[in-house]
Amino acid sequence: MLVRTYQYMLRLTSWSPVLRLMRYSFLTLGRAALRGHRDWQPAWRDAEPRPSYDIVVVGGGGHGLATAYYLAKKHGLRNVAVLEKGWIGSGNAGRNTTIIRSNYLLPGNEPFYEWSMKLWEGLEQELNYNAMVSQRGVLNVFHSDAQRDAFARRGNAMRLAGADAELIDTDAVRRILPFADFDNARFPIKGGLLQRRGGTARHDAVVWGYARGASDLGVDIVQNCEVTGFLREGDRVIAVETTRGTIHAGKVGLAVAGSSSRVAKLLGLRLPIESHLIQAFVSEAVKPLIPCVVTFGAGHFYISQSDKGGLVFGGDIDGYNSYAQRGNLPVVEDVCEGGMALMPIIGRVRILRNWAGLLDMSMDGSPIIDRTPLDGLYLNSGWCYGGFKATPASGWCFAHLLARDEHHEVASDYRLDRFETGHLIDEKGQGAQPNLH
Amino acid sequence: MRIRCPYCGERDLSEYIYHGDMAARPDPAAPDAQRRFYEAVYLRDNPAGPHEELWYHANGCRGWLRVRRDTRTHEILDTAFAGS
Repeated sequence: MLVRTYQYMLRLTSWSPVLRLMRYSFLTLGRAALRGHRDWQPAWRDAEPRPSYDIVVVGGGGHGLATAYYLAKKHGLRNVAVLEKGWIGSGNAGRNTTIIRSNYLLPGNEPFYEWSMKLWEGLEQELNYNAMVSQRGVLNVFHSDAQRDAFARRGNAMRLAGADAELIDTDAVRRILPFADFDNARFPIKGGLLQRRGGTARHDAVVWGYARGASDLGVDIVQNCEVTGFLREGDRVIAVETTRGTIHAGKVGLAVAGSSSRVAKLLGLRLPIESHLIQAFVSEAVKPLIPCVVTFGAGHFYISQSDKGGLVFGGDIDGYNSYAQRGNLPVVEDVCEGGMALMPIIGRVRILRNWAGLLDMSMDGSPIIDRTPLDGLYLNSGWCYGGFKATPASGWCFAHLLARDEHHEVASDYRLDRFETGHLIDEKGQGAQPNLH
Repeated sequence: MRIRCPYCGERDLSEYIYHGDMAARPDPAAPDAQRRFYEAVYLRDNPAGPHEELWYHANGCRGWLRVRRDTRTHEILDTAFAGS
């Protein structure tokens, strides 16, 4: 009896979420500090893979972990695994420039991104995790009458979808960015479109927060587990083969943006996607200078300042297919020229690091959250360079699709077959030129 | 990245414009032309490894090049004029 009780207690302590989870609060932080920070527990279980799950999510980035979290939290599906090739958050989740915003134009996009924005606003309370969500505002400056018209239209579309948008004039921009080059001979600043609810969040913390939340609800997070193949029964995917063994699954969800084509190729699927590079840069830390996220309307340059003081910025994608995670010099030059045209004050700041991440560039610049031609296989991909801000809603809508086999209403246009049926969501109107989106 | 143009020699990346996958234009008279055009315009192999692609030498001889390049390393494996 005693042994059985002991075994029961052991099982309870090793599996029960209630006993495992250490809630973070001012009190626990203070107590841990007073005890010399000896008592912190790992935030999630580094699980061993089991032979079978109801749902296997491939990809342990923000999107995959958010999907698993919402599957467990909103749909009560807890027999779920997230498989990650490296360690969680080691891919694009840690390579983006951390911007959150919902300033899209088209009806297929804006309600989705606004839903994501709303989830960001409650994320830290939802996860009991400090994701450093900072609604410091996103300001897109414009430089001509035509661009003002385009931004006014975009702002109206945002407001129709329940987002916030303000069209501000030069004086208002000057109050926010007194150091910008307003009288630039070629690109004078004529005003801006401001979304005050936009801002930044700490990307690693988003990954860790979702991982902790999902793991706590019983999801297995399996790291160093690369998918090498799939087992099929006719047109149905029944299992994934991995470097850690075969794992059977009722349903498989792919959330491997950047490498979607490589994983789909294991099943003989060709996707409407090219993999491209985008570079990001961070400077040495300087005193608080840039109060919000700023984008340059005449070239492609955007910048914000991290809480540590580093200027975080980027620009165009490199423009050719690549899996190298390493950018080239012409884009470095182009980004820095854009920065100098917008705010010459940063000219003497030294760049500390630059890096590149892989992008799933889709053929219309919009993502895909859909079923595939194979039963039991679901696809979350095509995030282009806008995946980070979408993390909560992407997980929410992909979980909805996986759990209920129906599209969530804010993601119902993100179909895989839209390129064949002509229902494209082309924000930029560039056509099937992924390097121009 | 430097690309060897058959006419101009090895030149910097910034002289070129990328035009993507070397997909051949389907026959518009084929009975399943709609399907073939959809596949040619929208679907990609997107390989991690050698990739056949089109580059336009805009700031050089203005020739169209067929380039074979490794997408994992950016190594240029082979170049030729696209029409040759």
